[in-house]
Amino acid sequence: MSEDYLLIVEGLKKYFPVNGGFLNRKSVLVKAVDGVDLKVKKGETYGLVGESGCGKTTLGRCILRLDEPTEGRVFFDGHDILAYDRRAMRELRRHMQIIFQDPYSSLDPRKTVGQIIGEAFRVHKILSKEERRARLDELMGVVGLRPEQIQGYPHEFSGGQRQRICVARALALNPKLVIADEPVSALDVSIQAQILNLLVELQHRYALTYIFISHDLSVVRHICDRVAVMYLGRIVELGDQQQLYSRPLHPYTKALLSAVPVANPLKKKEAVRLEGDVPSPINPPSGCTFHPRCECRKEVCVREAPSMEEIERRHWAACHFPKS
Amino acid sequence: MNGTLLEVRNLHTYFRTDEGLVKAVNGIDFTVRRGETLGLVGESGCGKSVTSLSIMRLIPEPPGRIVKGEVVFDGQDLLTLMETQMRRIRGNSISMIFQEPMTSLNPVHRIGHQILEVIRLHQKVRKKEAQDQALDLLRKVGIPDPRRRLNEYPYQLSGGMRQRVMIAMALSCHPKMVIADEPTTALDVTIQAQILDLMNKLKEDFGASILLITHDLGVIAEMAQRVAVMYTGQIVEYASVVDLFIEPQHPYTQGLLESIPSMDQPLPHDRMLKAIPGIVPSLVDLPQGCSFRDRCAHAFERCQSETPLLFDVGTGHLVRCWLYE
Repeated sequence: MSEDYLLIVEGLKKYFPVNGGFLNRKSVLVKAVDGVDLKVKKGETYGLVGESGCGKTTLGRCILRLDEPTEGRVFFDGHDILAYDRRAMRELRRHMQIIFQDPYSSLDPRKTVGQIIGEAFRVHKILSKEERRARLDELMGVVGLRPEQIQGYPHEFSGGQRQRICVARALALNPKLVIADEPVSALDVSIQAQILNLLVELQHRYALTYIFISHDLSVVRHICDRVAVMYLGRIVELGDQQQLYSRPLHPYTKALLSAVPVANPLKKKEAVRLEGDVPSPINPPSGCTFHPRCECRKEVCVREAPSMEEIERRHWAACHFPKS
Repeated sequence: MNGTLLEVRNLHTYFRTDEGLVKAVNGIDFTVRRGETLGLVGESGCGKSVTSLSIMRLIPEPPGRIVKGEVVFDGQDLLTLMETQMRRIRGNSISMIFQEPMTSLNPVHRIGHQILEVIRLHQKVRKKEAQDQALDLLRKVGIPDPRRRLNEYPYQLSGGMRQRVMIAMALSCHPKMVIADEPTTALDVTIQAQILDLMNKLKEDFGASILLITHDLGVIAEMAQRVAVMYTGQIVEYASVVDLFIEPQHPYTQGLLESIPSMDQPLPHDRMLKAIPGIVPSLVDLPQGCSFRDRCAHAFERCQSETPLLFDVGTGHLVRCWLYE
């Protein structure tokens, strides 16, 4: 089984200190990401799903070293990038780009679209003036904007168009990996479909690898080849999209899937309802962190944290009693 | 149970802006029956929230103004009432639940204080009695350890808990109608499922009607009995929930339903969704004729010049499209 991995993450942890107590003297740790392993194949779309606070965004940021991981290793194209210094890292970032959720706050309002997309060429000091011009025109066309719009400022564009600008910026340097962090969550459904189609099209065209971070399970089902479900800083289930959605193993995945409202009033679903809220990552529950909300917990779940096991072929879950 | 509780007739709400007159709500008619949930669905800027604020007469004036129309609630046109009379309706016979439970609760007052305020504003009861009522409400909306929660501040509660408090406040005066404007949009799916279950249960227990405003077609399908789809300030389709989802007639509704990724259908081979092309036109500069025509695959000459009327395609299923004339 020698597969071609573009990105390998091993035992990644990210703890944030938060201050509390009298005069902020007490310092506690928020375990935002608490031991994550993942392997992303070249050309695939790898989905990270989970609810707010599960650590999916922090994980994405740690992979790009926008946040420094507390522990763990990140290999990109075979290189251990946590060992890179600033310069090497900047060079590397040509190959890994990110698209954020909010196309309003992620574009500088005082720059024209041309300056925003072209900034990468300036930073990396590549391409001549004419080449930059041509590349900009090409990028505008690729993401479905008109060439004359290059002079416009972000406020002149709608949400969907702004997200197109963000996509163009991410693609400017021909990256290998694009991390898309909730790229369509701020958009209306009719526009969301346009942007998803654009991402699919560009992946084929440029052989891109995506890490697609989202809380929206139907979007993830549509666009991802493999999906990892996160809960309280850990991956609790990983599998091919088709397997994971049709035969979820972890009770949390089951509950998540059953909670999604379906746009069909005739379809009665079996409702698996979770009680209570997600516990605080400052003081996560013992053993399996999902046990307080789990309907099939047994004594062992309170004591021991389950490890990721391959329950069926290419389908892993971290659960003492996976339902197969 | 099937009488009409709320009837909105030919409602127009306009806003004056620097760019020009925005016809946010441009002639809409709908009814909410007693005990039913009516879903009002549409994308941002379609006028669904302005509709709800118009019903409550909470439109900021200026720049906004309810230009014409009637909002007949329980036999009374709310638009003709004095402000003092209106105040007795708000929070009492009609109450609202908003999207963001953090900004709609006062951060510097305890939860208990805020619920008591609503109860004592509308009912002549002693403090002790109001307190018992508040406690009972928190229990009904499924808040564990309600006595302790009464003494806590909003920041001490999770998003789901805050929305439960909002629902408790909305129900405190046994309203005849609850307007819920994107009540679960800010919540995670598992919490959303809890809140939707709760709203359905309370609707049964309290017998209130719900006007549910959302952009999420899945939420509408699970909650509503009838649905109105809005686009650029008008209702473009109005039908029972089954008719609307099983046999959508307006090209916009069809497009919306096709553009959501499915949870159970096989994926298309090329992973392409059927997106609606183009964007919603600006409300200050609506095209002549049908405002959806530039995005519509079926548009013909008539759509360019004349605004379509609502046509009945059978048993009260209304569609604003020339295809059905």
